[in-house]
Amino acid sequence: MASSSKPILYVSNRQVVVVGDIVASGDVIIDSPNYLQKLSDGRVIATVTGLIDIEESENTVRLRVIPLKGRYIPKEGDIVIGIVTDIGVTAWFLDIRAPFPGVLNAADYLGRPFNPASESLRKYLDVGDVVIAKIAQYDRTRDPILTVQDKDLGKVVEGSLIEIEPSRVPRVIGKKRSMINMLMEETGCKIIVGNNGRILLRCPNPEIEAIAILAIKKIEEEAHTMGLTERVRDFIIEQKVRRGLIGHGSG
Amino acid sequence: MSVTPEQPVIPKIRLNAILNVMSKGVHTDKRPLHSYRQIEIKTGVVPNAEGSALVKLGNTQVIAGVKLEVGQPYPDTPNEGVLIVNTEFVPAASPTFEPGPPDENAIELARVIDRSLREPRVIDLSKLVIIPGKKVWLVWLDIYVLDHDGNLLDASMLAAMAALATTKIPKYEVNPGTGEVVIDRTTRTTPLPISKFVATVTVNKIGNYLVIDPNQEEESIATARLAISVSEDGTIVGMQKMGMGYFTEDEIVKAIELALQKGPELINTIKASIGMG
Amino acid sequence: MVVGKEKPKLIVNGKRVDGRAPEELRPVRMEVGVLKNADGSALVEYGNTKVLAAVYGPREVMPKHVALPDRAVIRCRYRMLSFSAEERKSPAPSRREIELSKVIREALEPAIMSELFPRTAIDIFIEVLNADGGTRTAGVTAASLALADAGIPLRDLVAGVAVGKVDGVLVLDINQIEDMYGEADMPVAAMPSLGRITLLQLNGVLTPDEFRQALALALYGIRKLYDLQKEALRRKYISTAEE
Repeated sequence: MASSSKPILYVSNRQVVVVGDIVASGDVIIDSPNYLQKLSDGRVIATVTGLIDIEESENTVRLRVIPLKGRYIPKEGDIVIGIVTDIGVTAWFLDIRAPFPGVLNAADYLGRPFNPASESLRKYLDVGDVVIAKIAQYDRTRDPILTVQDKDLGKVVEGSLIEIEPSRVPRVIGKKRSMINMLMEETGCKIIVGNNGRILLRCPNPEIEAIAILAIKKIEEEAHTMGLTERVRDFIIEQKVRRGLIGHGSG
Repeated sequence: MSVTPEQPVIPKIRLNAILNVMSKGVHTDKRPLHSYRQIEIKTGVVPNAEGSALVKLGNTQVIAGVKLEVGQPYPDTPNEGVLIVNTEFVPAASPTFEPGPPDENAIELARVIDRSLREPRVIDLSKLVIIPGKKVWLVWLDIYVLDHDGNLLDASMLAAMAALATTKIPKYEVNPGTGEVVIDRTTRTTPLPISKFVATVTVNKIGNYLVIDPNQEEESIATARLAISVSEDGTIVGMQKMGMGYFTEDEIVKAIELALQKGPELINTIKASIGMG
Repeated sequence: MVVGKEKPKLIVNGKRVDGRAPEELRPVRMEVGVLKNADGSALVEYGNTKVLAAVYGPREVMPKHVALPDRAVIRCRYRMLSFSAEERKSPAPSRREIELSKVIREALEPAIMSELFPRTAIDIFIEVLNADGGTRTAGVTAASLALADAGIPLRDLVAGVAVGKVDGVLVLDINQIEDMYGEADMPVAAMPSLGRITLLQLNGVLTPDEFRQALALALYGIRKLYDLQKEALRRKYISTAEE
């Protein structure tokens, strides 16, 4: 119905929008169709609370909302950190913080055919074990299928596990991994971020681990604000100074 | 907990066919969208009840019965009789009805009918006092859906109204010493005091059409329904939006107009069936 | 609405029993994210009517056969706490609560983009803490805030309010006394930006003209409540941004 009309924006870039906010009208390209809906009269209305991302070029306006909250919904290719909660005959079932359990087939995990008559799955992974996996298949009609057949995937034997809002994961990673690289650089921790909001840290010592966790929590809480990377870097340095890990003025 | 019901699977081509028929202004059985199926009302079908009516609305069948008992008034209305409405969707009526206590649909239907009778004071409850503050008539109105082919609410209201309008109060005597009320159900003479007639018209939103009296198949594709109870004096005496969809303000105004137009027709049908027409 | 023995005068010099003008809402308070465990929560007060709503989901459906292949199932429970009204309410679900759970679910269904979450459940719990009229509409308002707080995509927020007719006057946001002694109580809920009405009940008698005015009055109140809802949602994030 909306014939070609010049786009009008009612919000500015990176502004917080809430459900029902009219963000624009006219011809805009919507890059997050679940979070922005176009009405028949051409108005574009937000369906979640989030940050609006506006990309204006010469003749197009692209809009996207990055939600600030929401349950994790699996997507093929996502890296997730799961916890084994149940063991079937030929597969493990993992809690991946989604509305469905992740299914990890024995043949995938072992990298060979598995005969349930001659061996037990518990020998390899037991209830409570933590696994880094990738969503191999998921089409919303069946439970998501996991795989560990890729680099850095598999059972986790050491480290600390924390949870954040899944919707804030992109912020923890940052544009072109800027945030996560900064975190690892400043703390010396190895940090693996699951798309499901579970984060695994392996740090040189408990003190620096505590700082890394505080920094991640700060990112989670302030995900909707600007200039976050630099603020978090300052925060880490300040914490290191306070805890006597580095002297004043250095770093 | 109220849970999103499973929708019956209707083949898409069938759905399109129904919408296509409705675009021509008629139901799948060719009658106009704003008309009722054939209505048959038989009263006095249950001799043991003080009043009863069997209503056939197309293939939908509903039976309503009234039993009168002597009981205590509510403390806040000591000088009024008491009306109690119950509805049951009997398992015989549909493969989707299950035995057991009334589900949310049956409870909702009963409560919509209850309010539509109570608010306009269809029964003059003040005339149902036996001993003021102590003994009054309890009017038990029970509605059973026997066969479900859509539009249970309108059919149930027709049955309720016809049953109430033909209810006769049994002869009784109060023992002056004990205050005990002795009822002789073999002799029923005084009619239940009915002050006015009401009818319920449920307007269904199917596609973009507002439709009256759908059969079960048509009803199953309605996105929203608005039950509107109207009185013969031209007032609106109850409303209930049902279903998972919505109405626009404009649609509601049109639905009201429709109800005000169809309601009197239904009331005339009831009156004719009980010899008041 | 049973008319008792001694009906008080409900309109005196154009003012209502609590001093409000006919088209005036009670003082409204809305707070989002009031519970730690729920995915989304909200507390809504219309005067002395206080309602808490909590949302869990989308989450795994138990029992599994309840799941729907093409959308999330919405499960909704409206309940009055035993001490929320003048007389103690038995904790067992009443017929009224069963009906209102359905009516409220059907008021929220049109807003929830449930098609995004097949085979999951979205659970909505509405607890009436204190009842002073308008609990179902305050419940709808609170539940839609809780859904938004949970990050579940909504076509629009749903806000609700009851209009009444008392002593012949149409009044907005009726309280318990007005509900008890008035001539009509009409709860309405809507998605204002979309112009869609998702809940409409009438308990009482209105002429067609009165009905049209009552609906317009309800939609006027809903628009105001809707603005307050958005403000409450925004407040949660603005406060952290200002640190």
